[in-house]
Amino acid sequence: MQAYFGEFGGQFVPEVLMPPLEELERAMELILPTAGFREEYASLLAGWAGRPTPLTFCPRLSESLGLRLWLKREDLLHTGAHKVNNTLGQALLARLMGKEALVAETGAGQHGVATAAAAARLGLSAVIFMGEVDVGRQRLNVERMRLLGAEVVPVRDGTRTLKDAINEALRYWLTNQRSTHYCFGTAAGPHPFPTLVRDFQAVIGREARAQFLELGEGLPDLVVACVGGGSNAIGVFHGFLDDPGVGLVGVEAAGTGEPGCHNSAPLNLGRPGILHGQISMLLQTPDGQILPSHSVSAGLDYPGVGPEHAFLAKTGRVRYAMADDSQALAAFRALSAQEGIIPALESAHALAFVLESHASLGKGSKVMVNLSGRGDKDMDIYLGQPQA
Amino acid sequence: MTTSVLTSAILEARRNGRPALIPFLTGGFPDRESFWPALEELARSGADVIEIGVPFSDPVADGPVVAAASLKALEDGVDLAWILDGLAARRLGVPLVLMSYANPLLQYAWPLTDPSAVLQARVEESLAHFARKAEEAGISGIIVPDMPLEEYGPFLRALAGTSLDPIALVGPNTSPERMARYARVAGGYVYVVSVLGTTGVREGLPQEVVQTLGRARRAFGLPLALGFGIKSPDQLAALGAEPDAVIIGSALLAHLGAGGDCRGFMAPWLAY
Repeated sequence: MQAYFGEFGGQFVPEVLMPPLEELERAMELILPTAGFREEYASLLAGWAGRPTPLTFCPRLSESLGLRLWLKREDLLHTGAHKVNNTLGQALLARLMGKEALVAETGAGQHGVATAAAAARLGLSAVIFMGEVDVGRQRLNVERMRLLGAEVVPVRDGTRTLKDAINEALRYWLTNQRSTHYCFGTAAGPHPFPTLVRDFQAVIGREARAQFLELGEGLPDLVVACVGGGSNAIGVFHGFLDDPGVGLVGVEAAGTGEPGCHNSAPLNLGRPGILHGQISMLLQTPDGQILPSHSVSAGLDYPGVGPEHAFLAKTGRVRYAMADDSQALAAFRALSAQEGIIPALESAHALAFVLESHASLGKGSKVMVNLSGRGDKDMDIYLGQPQA
Repeated sequence: MTTSVLTSAILEARRNGRPALIPFLTGGFPDRESFWPALEELARSGADVIEIGVPFSDPVADGPVVAAASLKALEDGVDLAWILDGLAARRLGVPLVLMSYANPLLQYAWPLTDPSAVLQARVEESLAHFARKAEEAGISGIIVPDMPLEEYGPFLRALAGTSLDPIALVGPNTSPERMARYARVAGGYVYVVSVLGTTGVREGLPQEVVQTLGRARRAFGLPLALGFGIKSPDQLAALGAEPDAVIIGSALLAHLGAGGDCRGFMAPWLAY
């Protein structure tokens, strides 16, 4: 298995983490292709998580934008986001590897909830590390995780957000590697996580492509997804990478949009560096310290990005744009009011790109946005914003 | 091949009938002013080698004491350039080792690299520039706690033209095969991690330390330095473990942080 995507990726971890990473890679090769795994995973995705998710046409926004706009509805998935595609796969793999427990990091809490739910369903215990700042702003998700049986550990180091939760989860895994699988939440981190998570999220793109063809619409002209670590985006893009006629756009969070503001857009505004086991694009100081990131959407609030996105940016196959907090909030309102769907603020960044650039996309273009999650969790943040 | 000064310093202590002492001090700790006198006092108080930690914002291999020292140093404006410039202006009379996560090393000379080159070539070029500066500053070895064998290539090539030893880290779960692969490229001494865990003081050390040291002894022709969790000489006596050197980090940082001095900290070890 390749540890690098072109120049990006790798395994920049302490030596004592190499044996569990090697164990995981062997398990992927031995267990994932088996009929036993594939059947149980497919059955859980369908019967417990709610796949396939629909492809929804947006008549009113299409009309006002002069496009034909569809949404891939990962927001309708169990626990409210695409995250469960991955946690269910990893939890099942962990159980077949003989592990008793999962450890995970979470930012907004969506991956934590999806991990806790999968662990509960499969009889594994779960420990979730969450930055203290995020614990404060996502109380409801903290209580959901606890109700699902997980132990939630607030992280008080550093910026007390997602990156520090990842540090602490890595330390926990390093110490408890014999009994515990690290259920990494995004298509980033040391090899083989970017590949493992991508392969579990690729169901989004495979399904969407088949659904488009079934509609008799041919393929979309453009597929758009938000990019934090990048798991929903890599999952949907993979269905269309080999279709040269399909344009792919990843949308990073530009933060408040003021010049020099904290942001979460390392592909646009960062430079190559090493964090969390990978060499990829990174927000950092001149001397290599990791910068605090910012986005109104906690799920995009990460200073790094998965290595495959860095590779796809370099090859030019995917274009990476940015949307700022206020553009995302405008898209959040627009989709709610005009289509009756409250999107996650993360997914609202992808939609914001379409709202901002619709004039240049060509009249009548077929555009698909991956609606990676639902927005109920973001109501407090929305209500705390100055209203336009 | 000339013998490494690090290897020689450790073997010299062994000839005196005790394990070599390798204190670890985070660069710029306890603060920018008292760091240099602390380093000089360690050198005068029996340290055979001194490890200096480069502060990093995301130190995943470190426990709370070293992580906190690292974050405090960053708040005080300490960086790799400050450490190297300060060392270049001094001669401590004790061999020095720099311990740094990969990214600060990589970024040190990043602006000097060729932007049109492929990433791995820029990594190697940047690390090579760093290695020359480190050598000029009087450093003898480099430890990178987040750079395992799989990523060692550019690092080894960058060090190849210098006198710097790449110091291998191995742990309780490192197989004899992996140890043998490290043995082919490593120099100076071997950093043997005592436990599956992060840096930080532990009351007892697990008995598996003895097995880990045994495996490392068979794989390496270099002295073995035991680190992670080391606090007092009694721990070694209780285990019957015989490393060639001990690395003491968190316990020293905690001692200095509480207002203690280096001489008082080193005394029980010199009497061991």
